[in-house]
Amino acid sequence: MRANYWLYLLVAALVTFAIRALPMFFIRKPIRNRFIRSFLYYVPFVTLSVMVFPAIVTEPGNLWVGIGAMVIGVITAWLSGNLFLCASSVCIITLVLGLLLH
Amino acid sequence: MKKQFVRQEFREGAKVGIPVAIGYFASSIALGIMASRAGLHPLKATFVSMLLNASAGEYAFFTTLLGAGSYAEMAIMQFVANARYLLMSCAIGQKMSPSLAAGRRLSIGFGLTDELFGAAVARPGFVSAPFYYGMMSIALPGWALGTLFGALLGDLLPTVAVTALGMGLYGMFLAIVIPKAKTSKVMFGGIFSAMLLSLFATLLPGIRQLSGGVRIIVLTVLVSVVLSVTFPIPDGPESPTDVGEVAS
Repeated sequence: MRANYWLYLLVAALVTFAIRALPMFFIRKPIRNRFIRSFLYYVPFVTLSVMVFPAIVTEPGNLWVGIGAMVIGVITAWLSGNLFLCASSVCIITLVLGLLLH
Repeated sequence: MKKQFVRQEFREGAKVGIPVAIGYFASSIALGIMASRAGLHPLKATFVSMLLNASAGEYAFFTTLLGAGSYAEMAIMQFVANARYLLMSCAIGQKMSPSLAAGRRLSIGFGLTDELFGAAVARPGFVSAPFYYGMMSIALPGWALGTLFGALLGDLLPTVAVTALGMGLYGMFLAIVIPKAKTSKVMFGGIFSAMLLSLFATLLPGIRQLSGGVRIIVLTVLVSVVLSVTFPIPDGPESPTDVGEVAS
């Protein structure tokens, strides 16, 4: 690795920090506009949905492992909604199916 | 009284941070492995995780570093990989008391990750700084340590185990999204169509070629705009992100 690792890191860290901190820093008053409020209300859940699917199915490399993980994850989340429980059930089913099918 | 509130909030945040930390530890192992394969010293890999706290962003970082891209390219890659945080930052800003100090907003911004954001918006009422710091203080070290662990030992773990550990993040995302789908028909439909469109976007030629980050932004904006126009949230309460709970 060349020495410019540090400069790369500086650039990346500044951009990342600016994106995350500046909107909440500058927009302090409650937003009154109904459309913007609705938009901001929907965004988090929509973006997480887009991120999780179909990535969860394709990530393990084997489609059946991925589908198994998705099904178990959705069922666990539907029944409990506990972060840790959902994460570990998805990990365990991926491991078990991965060992069985590979 | 005040001190007690701070302590209580911090402790609650820390409690929420524990499962996130475990998930982070497991997930960032994959990034550590990637960094060590790129020939980066384990400590250098860990610094990246300490400063960026982002899976997609760090993936983009290591890719750009490996390809010896320009600094402008690094900046653009980071912007694209992290642009969703612009929206999350706006959204969580609305969940903060308007009087929350500038320095606190900036330090919370440093720790704005998908999971901590999800946990914060899931809480009723305003998000307090001590609560967020509590989450950060437990969860973020998990991310850095996982990267270190991956960079040091990752090559020794079998691939099946690494893949399984990395899948934990998706489990967490589901734990945030799926219970929300139960609260109203609109949310159910919105989440379902977001996933369906996301599937199409990864299959259709043309759209498929877009980078993962751009695809996420385009779909998020598209679906959220349609939902906001068709089913705007009711007027009223101070904190807009609570309205869903009230309305359902």
